[in-house]
Amino acid sequence: MNDDKLVIAGIEFQSRLWVGTGKYKNFAETKKAIEVSGTDVVTVSVRRVNIIDKSKENLLDYIDPKKYKILPNTAGCFTAKDAIRTAMLAAEAGITKLVKLEVIGDQKTLFPDNEATLEAAKVLLKEGLIVLPYTSDDPIMARKLVDLGCPAVMPLAAPIGSGLGIRNPYNIRIIMETVKVPVVVDAGVGTASDVAVAMELGCDAVLLNTAIAGAKDPIAMAEAMKYGVLAGRLAYKAGRIPKKLYATASSPIEGMIGS
Amino acid sequence: MIISLNGEQKEIPEGLTIRGLLELLNIRHQRVAVELNETIIKKDRYEETAVRDGDVLEVVSFMGGGQEMPNAEEVGSSEFGEEEIEKVRSSEK
Repeated sequence: MNDDKLVIAGIEFQSRLWVGTGKYKNFAETKKAIEVSGTDVVTVSVRRVNIIDKSKENLLDYIDPKKYKILPNTAGCFTAKDAIRTAMLAAEAGITKLVKLEVIGDQKTLFPDNEATLEAAKVLLKEGLIVLPYTSDDPIMARKLVDLGCPAVMPLAAPIGSGLGIRNPYNIRIIMETVKVPVVVDAGVGTASDVAVAMELGCDAVLLNTAIAGAKDPIAMAEAMKYGVLAGRLAYKAGRIPKKLYATASSPIEGMIGS
Repeated sequence: MIISLNGEQKEIPEGLTIRGLLELLNIRHQRVAVELNETIIKKDRYEETAVRDGDVLEVVSFMGGGQEMPNAEEVGSSEFGEEEIEKVRSSEK
């Protein structure tokens, strides 16, 4: 059914919608939203095990790593050192070699620290990890990451959790023309049309979290996102008509009465 | 003896290995990773690696998280609690 697969570093992805697992009410809601979204990629964070309250359930009891590709992230890391440490721990946990590298540069905007991201990517790639870096929507930065060996780049659409949508579609397009690897728009989308826009631009996938988890009805929004991605991807492949300033009649002129 | 475990001082019996400690804490090995004094310990070395007085251990696992700032504690020095996150959120409004 799906002959339009995304492949990154030899890994086949069924879905072009990737979702995060943060900010949900509970694991049951997380699970439901993920199922409804149709995704096969979920991002998770790497955190201290709760030693005091061991009764706490584990996310992976709800999200089966055999069914979903687990993409650990380095969310919340503000230095290359912390990000490297976190990513290496994630790899050691033994589920995957994939890591979504993020090194945050500023608490208010959560924009990435590009310099530190490059530094961490270099080390992690050498360690054999499959590094998918979160980056600003900067084509030069994307090129540098790919030159280091990143098999995909993940430029932001807008600040994390902002829901502002694709703020600079032109940069995203230039990134796609600059690098020959898949481009996954990461962060900042707010609703299904944002996702569709990203896909119509020709992006290979979209990663989001808050747009679903923070919606009034996360399950319904998860479904909307699924269709947003499908519609956008289909439209991209179908090839849209060029934009024109004036009308072009869609009905024939010939054979009109009174002519 | 006293060790630092995920940022908390914890009294544990003498002579434990990492494997023994995880068992004592009732933590399943499969989905965790362990750092001892900032060095990652591979799973196949849990059995032979002794925990000593004053050791600093981090035991981590996968939690919910997207691109967001996590609600949970984080590894290492930079920690963000709910308060900071709230501050960031409210300043966004």
